[in-house]
Amino acid sequence: MGRKLLLEKAHIENIRSYEVYRKEGGYRSVEKALKTLTPDQVTDEVKKSGLRGRGGAGFPTGMKWSFLTKPEGVPRYLVVNADESEPGTFKDRYLMEFIPHLLIEGMVTSSYALGSNRSYIYIRGEYAWIAHILEQAIEEAHQHGWLGKNILGSGFDCNIYVQRGAGAYICGEETALLESLEGKRGNPRIKPPFPAVKGLWGCPTAVNNVETIAALVPIINEGGEEYAKIGMGKSTGTKLISACGNINKPGVYEIDMTISVEEFIYSDEYCGGIPQGKKLKACIPGGSSVPILPANLLLKTAKGEARMMNYESLADGGFATGSMMGSGGFIVMDDTQCVVKHTYTLARFYRHESCGQCSPCREGTGWMEKILWNLETGKGRSGDIDLLWDIQRKIEGNTICPLGDAAAWPVAAAIRHFRDEFEWHVTHPEEAQKRNYGLAHYADPLSVSVA
Amino acid sequence: MKPSFTNEQLQEVQRLVSRYPQGREKSALIPVLHLAQNTFGGWLSTETMDYVATLLQIKPIEVYEVASFYSMFNLNPVGKHVLEVCQTGPCMLNGSDSIVDYIYERLGIRPGETTPDGQFTLKTVECLGACGYAPMLQLGEHYKEHLTKEKIDALIESCIAKSAALN
Repeated sequence: MGRKLLLEKAHIENIRSYEVYRKEGGYRSVEKALKTLTPDQVTDEVKKSGLRGRGGAGFPTGMKWSFLTKPEGVPRYLVVNADESEPGTFKDRYLMEFIPHLLIEGMVTSSYALGSNRSYIYIRGEYAWIAHILEQAIEEAHQHGWLGKNILGSGFDCNIYVQRGAGAYICGEETALLESLEGKRGNPRIKPPFPAVKGLWGCPTAVNNVETIAALVPIINEGGEEYAKIGMGKSTGTKLISACGNINKPGVYEIDMTISVEEFIYSDEYCGGIPQGKKLKACIPGGSSVPILPANLLLKTAKGEARMMNYESLADGGFATGSMMGSGGFIVMDDTQCVVKHTYTLARFYRHESCGQCSPCREGTGWMEKILWNLETGKGRSGDIDLLWDIQRKIEGNTICPLGDAAAWPVAAAIRHFRDEFEWHVTHPEEAQKRNYGLAHYADPLSVSVA
Repeated sequence: MKPSFTNEQLQEVQRLVSRYPQGREKSALIPVLHLAQNTFGGWLSTETMDYVATLLQIKPIEVYEVASFYSMFNLNPVGKHVLEVCQTGPCMLNGSDSIVDYIYERLGIRPGETTPDGQFTLKTVECLGACGYAPMLQLGEHYKEHLTKEKIDALIESCIAKSAALN
């Protein structure tokens, strides 16, 4: 049983209310930070903790904060990214819905560290009821003196506001999010300048994921060094994993990044195995953008070591034989699922969500979707797979924001590991309409073409 | 009839605008569009968007370009009850296709269509962040998860009952 730092108390009755949350030790980290630490000391604790951004990129949070410029007389902002939209990811929703004060508590301390007197939570528009829950929590925090003017007599003022988006995956990209918060279309900005220099309304801004900011609470309570002792290597602390697809127990799990992928999928404490006695075919371990892995490479690295649920191990082997931790959206596919069809739904997703600024992404995503639809519906042609490969290669790295890469990677990985299944769709168009390819690719368990 | 908020709603607009520094009132655009769509029949007509532009003292084009970018804003009339079925990867793995088929069987509408009586619109949408509770759909501000045929039957009945109660 691993340690839980964020969701340990999420199941206590009425923990959503201020009274219960406070009685369970809530807001202690704010007291500690504002009364005994300077803003820079808070940032130092975050650096010591080794905390890495939980939104997907895994960039060290303390380092990101240290980039924030502090020109005299210019306001600074903290913006929490709650635009959770990566297919397979529903962890922030869970945290905000069941233990909303944890985010507010983390935000007060983070705002203090960054010098933000006005902080925002940008939440995806569809999570309307969660926006209400957060506003309620903010109101309670105000009433009890954790927000507003001169918090705890420290001289620090802070207000938090919730901003709902309106349906756009791209607004999870930090500069698109800022554009949206300014009341514009969610078109990503060219970087540099980075938000740490020119962010919201041209002011220095830190944009951090919900789970990242919530982690401030245990980091300040226990100290950065203690937090860093949990986990493995550069994967410190705990990580929320949202597990879905073909598993017995879909849901949100907090893991301490020392367990194996095999344990995570098959143990009753977590996913509880594959339903109806079916076999594991493939898995996308970190949200739809990260490479899909066939079962053999998922459970063991190419070197034959057990693959662990942490940043380094999931990425072991690079994109040739590994994947990424990403956002923690863990999508499991059983042996009756079709990789071509699944990849088609993801290609359609990225075409729908492309903002249209950059031609390679705007045109390429639609083109890939059409080809994948043809393959899936038995109209594929022999050159289609190479064409797909070519298109995704020309999108990757050629766009303003990472959505282009995010659209290219799932297609590339599906072809890399399941090329035989794609070819079978071309050579057996009628049969492919009646049945799925199953696990035939395991005839050669390590047939991995290294790009 | 020209769209017009009540005094109470105008106060809500003021509250939304007050959340940003002075001179940054445009930031309230998306929240105000949500309010407008909820108030004026579930969609944003040109008149409604022009009204929002007047309220926030911005150009109408600044409203149109935003309203047309975000998928939650409807630029055409929709039924009283909009069923938005998620169809992205994880929901597909758990049978979202059969949910769309069953709604067609029940209501005779395909994605993008509205029933002739103006009661129901069916939309397919991309990932709503409910992957572990698939298949699912969004109805107004609520998520309906772990869908089955029985649950869809009950949902349709409750929508019809709600409409009848309002008439």
